[in-house]
Formats: sequence, structure tokens, C-alpha cells
Amino acid sequence: MTEKKPTAAAPSAPKTPIWNNPTFRSVAFQAIVLMSVAAFFVYIANNTLTNMAQRGIATGFGFLDLQAGFGILMSLIEYDETHTYGRTFFVGLFNTLLVSFLGIFFATLLGFIIGIGRLSRNWLIARVAAAYIEIFRNIPLLLQILFWYFAVLSALPSPRNSLSLLDLFFLNVRGLYLPAPQPEPAFTAVSVVFALGTISSFFVARWAHKRQDLTGQQFPVLLTVLGLIIGLPILVFAVTGFPLTWDMPRLQGFNFRGGLSVIPELVALLLALSIYTAAFIAEIVRAGILAVSHGQTEASFALGLRPTLTLRLVVIPQAFRVIIPPLTSQYLNLTKNSSLATAVGYPDLVAVWAGTTLNQTGQAVEIILMTMAVYLTISLVISMFMNWYNKKTALVER
Amino acid sequence: MIQSTPRDTFKRVRDMPPPVLTIGVLGWLRTNLFSSAANTVLTLFAVYLLYVAIPPVINWAFIAADWVGTSREDCTGGGACWVFVLARLNQFIYGFYPDAQQWRVNLAFGLLIALFVPLFVRSFPNKTWLGFFLLFGYPIIAFVLFYGGVLGLPLISTDQWGGLMLTLIISAVGMVASLPLGVLLALGRRSEMPIVRAFSVAFIELWRGVPLITVLFMSSVMLPLFLPEGVTFDKLLRALIGITLFESAYMAEVVRGGLQAIPTGQYEAAKALGLNFWKSMLLIILPQALKLVIPGIVNTLIALFKDTTLVIIIGLFDILGAVESAIKDPSWLGYAVEGYVFAAFIFWIFCYGMSRYSQGLERKLSTGHNR
Repeated sequence: MTEKKPTAAAPSAPKTPIWNNPTFRSVAFQAIVLMSVAAFFVYIANNTLTNMAQRGIATGFGFLDLQAGFGILMSLIEYDETHTYGRTFFVGLFNTLLVSFLGIFFATLLGFIIGIGRLSRNWLIARVAAAYIEIFRNIPLLLQILFWYFAVLSALPSPRNSLSLLDLFFLNVRGLYLPAPQPEPAFTAVSVVFALGTISSFFVARWAHKRQDLTGQQFPVLLTVLGLIIGLPILVFAVTGFPLTWDMPRLQGFNFRGGLSVIPELVALLLALSIYTAAFIAEIVRAGILAVSHGQTEASFALGLRPTLTLRLVVIPQAFRVIIPPLTSQYLNLTKNSSLATAVGYPDLVAVWAGTTLNQTGQAVEIILMTMAVYLTISLVISMFMNWYNKKTALVER
Repeated sequence: MIQSTPRDTFKRVRDMPPPVLTIGVLGWLRTNLFSSAANTVLTLFAVYLLYVAIPPVINWAFIAADWVGTSREDCTGGGACWVFVLARLNQFIYGFYPDAQQWRVNLAFGLLIALFVPLFVRSFPNKTWLGFFLLFGYPIIAFVLFYGGVLGLPLISTDQWGGLMLTLIISAVGMVASLPLGVLLALGRRSEMPIVRAFSVAFIELWRGVPLITVLFMSSVMLPLFLPEGVTFDKLLRALIGITLFESAYMAEVVRGGLQAIPTGQYEAAKALGLNFWKSMLLIILPQALKLVIPGIVNTLIALFKDTTLVIIIGLFDILGAVESAIKDPSWLGYAVEGYVFAAFIFWIFCYGMSRYSQGLERKLSTGHNR
């Protein structure tokens, strides 16, 4: 035997050093990560508190109750200089939600039209749609916003020479003027009937679906639903004596009075957001429709379904499974991009709250954190919805 | 019996030509533009749209445009006043970089192109070393050239940087820094260690959930508060930190998609070969995963390039900022459209070029079964 160092426990495997033990390494590494992150945050918090104390900035949310003392260009809730800083937060938040909502609506409309146009068998339409997509998605959004605001809208004529459509809609350098609906008290009945019709048509559709599953008999769902949602409210509208008047914008002096006025900042932002996001939505729609394999269409034809039914029952439901997740993330992008409003002065959350209010109060930490929390909440809610939808529509295999 | 006469024997007749309407230009028009009534209406609509849009634009941009001159008095054609853009071209490209020192910028970008071109030549040897030099050596050279202060080069502080040069610097730094950070975050998110995973998820979701503009605000307003007394960061550096952190979160999600697409067998095979974690990642997993997500990475890079315009909101003058300040110059009022169109054209060229290149790369690297 040439072995110099006979081990005591010969049959057992040689003991690995502790730093090679995977469990130990994992625990130690995580402990180091945890401690360094904690140390980082303590360091930052410490510095921030010292710096703020030195600059005489009070911490906390006491400033929310102070009087703001500045006006805001546009507000969905009642607001003037005498309201508090806390209220400026809500003014900004609602303006952000307004522009996001409108932007999502127009971008979806335009995006679907262009995405379907891109797949059209008509050569010219497909090329025009492709050109639209390639042009608008490759130009930065901020540039587009500034272009619409400073190059297009500010070059519009003065109120006296407004561009008008049918003498109902007016566009000039001060903004867009539309007729505003003025509901009378009796109009409530119409709204109630409309709401009831919408809810009941949901149940009708479900019942008809169930009945068709059980008996194979079809029910004229479309006609019934149209009657419930559109027909009935119109009937009630007529019976109650058309309780709706329109407040028309009229030129008085140097500007328009009455009607619904939309400030140019909102018009520019909305145009840019819709046009830019529509280019991305169009690509998503196209990819979604192409993702449904041709075999599905052929199988559906072989079963004797007509082209419209094939589209409605076979292609669209499967395409939507592919379209919805990226579509939601585009909606999210649009909402976050609406923060570029600050470049043209549309009073959104970032412009009002993280802009004017921050400059006036100097409460940088609180305000930036609140702003981020708002966007974070919106995106977490939307991604929760997306996960739920994904789970609901995911392909179930075996 | 029927006798066959010469007249009854088979005689080859020439094929009839296809109907005129199915071949050639007419046939193409019929199938692609006028196949049905609805299609005809659509075609006419599109033709009308193009007729309304294209000729005035061409007339404005080329036919009635003015190209030569020095001041706004030279713009008499009624079309675009490209004189404005040409007169301000230097500012659009270099910002406020002193004229006498602009050779440094040219040299740095020339060097970059000279180093980049061999990477695209298939047969060029030692590409790896060249790549390493581009990643680690070149940035030092470029920084010395841009900033100066050593080797007898006069110091040019970052607030004089601007224009297209600044746009390219910000996007290049953002791209180079966010990719490795994104890979690390993606690996962290897929890690088996709960604390590492939790931090990665929190980091990624935090940055992805907020708009870039709030990140830039944060880096310009809050970062000075975070640092100890007396330590100040350059404004450009603050913007770069913000952009890099923000884009790395997006990059991480793209890379994670690639990591998830690699079959478990590859991970197990790497372990079976006795490779440790980093070796198995660097040699086995990441090369495959990154190849899978090239389109996603390029999309993120394009988004980053477009996002660099946001730095004008915190007061840096990139190309859009330079255009913005030029169109507010009293001696050139009224030429906003020309300025924006020029900036849009520059951005478009870069973004479209990148997306075409990524499509080409995807085709070249694709080893799957494409139909």
C-alpha cells in the first residue's frame, strides 16, 4: 500500500468543501445580494434625508392640503387657483386617463383598418397600408407630437377663418369646436333603457347560445340585440319627445362660444398617439390573422360554413387569442406615452403634477414616487387582466 | 369499314392564347386591383387618396423647394425652404461642439464605421477580437476624443455636445450597457434562488410599468438627492443611467423569452458535461437563446433609439432639441415643418435600416424549417 494518508471513514465519499456545496453557495449568495441591496437603500435614504434637511425641504405629504395657486388649462373636475395641491393630482390623473382612453379608441379603430388593409388582396391598398406602417412606426413619437402641435395646428387659420365641416365642426388655431349634446331631464329614461337593453341582450345571447348547444335551433340573436340596444332607446327617445338639444359653437367676437371645445394640445397629442400606436396595432392584427393556419379555413369550408360564418366563428376567435396580449401591451404603451403631453403643455399627470406642482413645492421624492405609483398601478392592473385573459383563452392541449 | 383518309388523321392545332384579360399587365390589373366591384371601389379610393396626397408633397419638397442660399430671403419658391436645414446642418449634427474641434467627432464616428464594416464581411478573420475591441477599447478612445482634456485635446464639456452626435452617443451607450444588464436580469428572473428572483422581478416590473419620462425626471431631480453631499453627476450621465436602467428591463423580458424557448435538455446536457452555471450559460444556453430573440432585441434597440428624443425634456439638445431651438430662432421663424421633416427623415433612415438588417440577420441565422 502506497497510500500515505488513509482516511478515517474509508467507504464514505470524500467530503466536499463547504464553499462547493450548492445549498451553502445559494444561501450565501442570496444573503450577500439581500445585504447589498439593503445597504444600497439605507445609503440612499440616508443621503436623501441629509440632503433634504440641508436644503430645508420638509418631508411628508402635508403639502397636499396647501392652496395650489396656479391655473390649469383644462380640467375634467372643478378646479381653480384656490384648490389644493392634492386636487391638482386628480386633475392631472383624469386628464391622463381621458387622453389614454380616447387614444386607445382611435388607435384601435385605425389600427384594425390598416392591419386588415395590409392583408387585402388589393395590391394598392396593401401597399398604402404597408407604407403607413413603415413610415409612422419608425419616427419617434415625441417628434410626431411636436410636429402636429408646432407645425400643423399652430399653422391653422384664426377663429374668423376657421376650417369648418357642415358648419357644425370648426377647427382653428385655438382648437377644435364640436356641437355639445344638452340632455334634458327626460333623457335619463333613454339612458336607463339603453343600459337595460345592453344588459338584457347579454343574457339573451347567453340563453340563445345554450339553447343552440342543446337543441340545435338558432335564435335571431343579432336582430334581437339590435332591437334591444338601439331600437328600444330610439322608441323611448321618440315617445318622450326628443329630449336632447345640441349646443352649437358660434363665432362671437374673436373666438367661438358654446359647444364642446377641445384644446389644440389635446388634439395634437391625440393625433400623434393614435397614428403612432395604430401602426403597431396594425402589425399585431396582421400577425394575428396570419397566425390562423389556412387549414382552419379550409376545414371550416369543408364543414359547409359560409365565408362570413367562417370568419366569425373560426378565424376571428383564433386570431384574437394571438392578438389580445400584444394589443394590451400596446394600450399600456399608449397610456405611458401619453406622459409626453408635457412637451406640448397638455395638462396630464406628468405635466401638472410632476411638473408645475413639483416645481412649486419642491417635494421631488414624494411627487415622483406618487407619479410612478400611478403608472405602475395602471400597468399592473392591465397585466393582471392580460394574465387572466391568457389563462381563459389559452389553447388546451390534451 | 371506315377508311382513314388523310383528312381524318390527327393534326396538331396551335394552342389558343390565354384570354387577354388574364395575362400581362391587364391580367395583373384585373386580379390585383379590379377583381370585384368592392375591390374596384377600394382601388379608386386609394388612387384618389394618393392623388390628393402625393403630388402636393412632391411639389412642396422638391419642385417648388429652395436649396441654395444663406438666409430666409432666398426662400422664394413657395415650397420647402431647405436652405434653413442646410444653414443649420452643422448645429443639427454637432450641437454646440466648437467648429475647430469637430474633426474629433468625425474621426470617432469614422473609426466606428471602419471597425464595424469588417464585422459584416463574412470571411474576415479574428472577428471575436475585433468585437471585443469595439465593446471595450473603442468606447475609451471615443470618450477621449469627444471629451478631451488629455493628450493636448481641449476639454469640451458635455453641455456643448448635441445634435445627431448626442443622439448617437446616447443610443450607443444605452444599447451597449442595457444588453448585458438585461441578460443578467433575465437570468436572475429565471434563477432558482428566491431572493434573486424576487429582486429581478421587482426591478423589471418597476421599470416596465412607468413611462421613460418619469424615469428621466427621477434621474434628473432625485438622483442629486440620493448622492452624498458634494458628489454631482453630469446631466448627460444622469440621463444615460436612466435610459440604461429603463431599457435593460425591456431587454430582460426579451431575453427571458429566448431562455424559456430553450429545451430543458440543453440545460441538462450542459450540467451533464460538468459545466458550471456561467460556463453552461455562456457556452450553451445564451448563444442559442440570443439567436432566437434577435428580432426582439433589435425591436428594443429601435425603441431605445426613438426614446432618446425624450432627453430634450430634461434639457439636453439631441437632434430633435437642435431642430426645436433652430425653428424658434427669430431669423428663421415659420420653417418648423422643414425642421421636423428633416429630423423625422434622419430617424426614419436609422430605424428602417435597423429593422431591415434584423430581418436579414433573422433569415441568415434561421436554422428552422421555414416554408
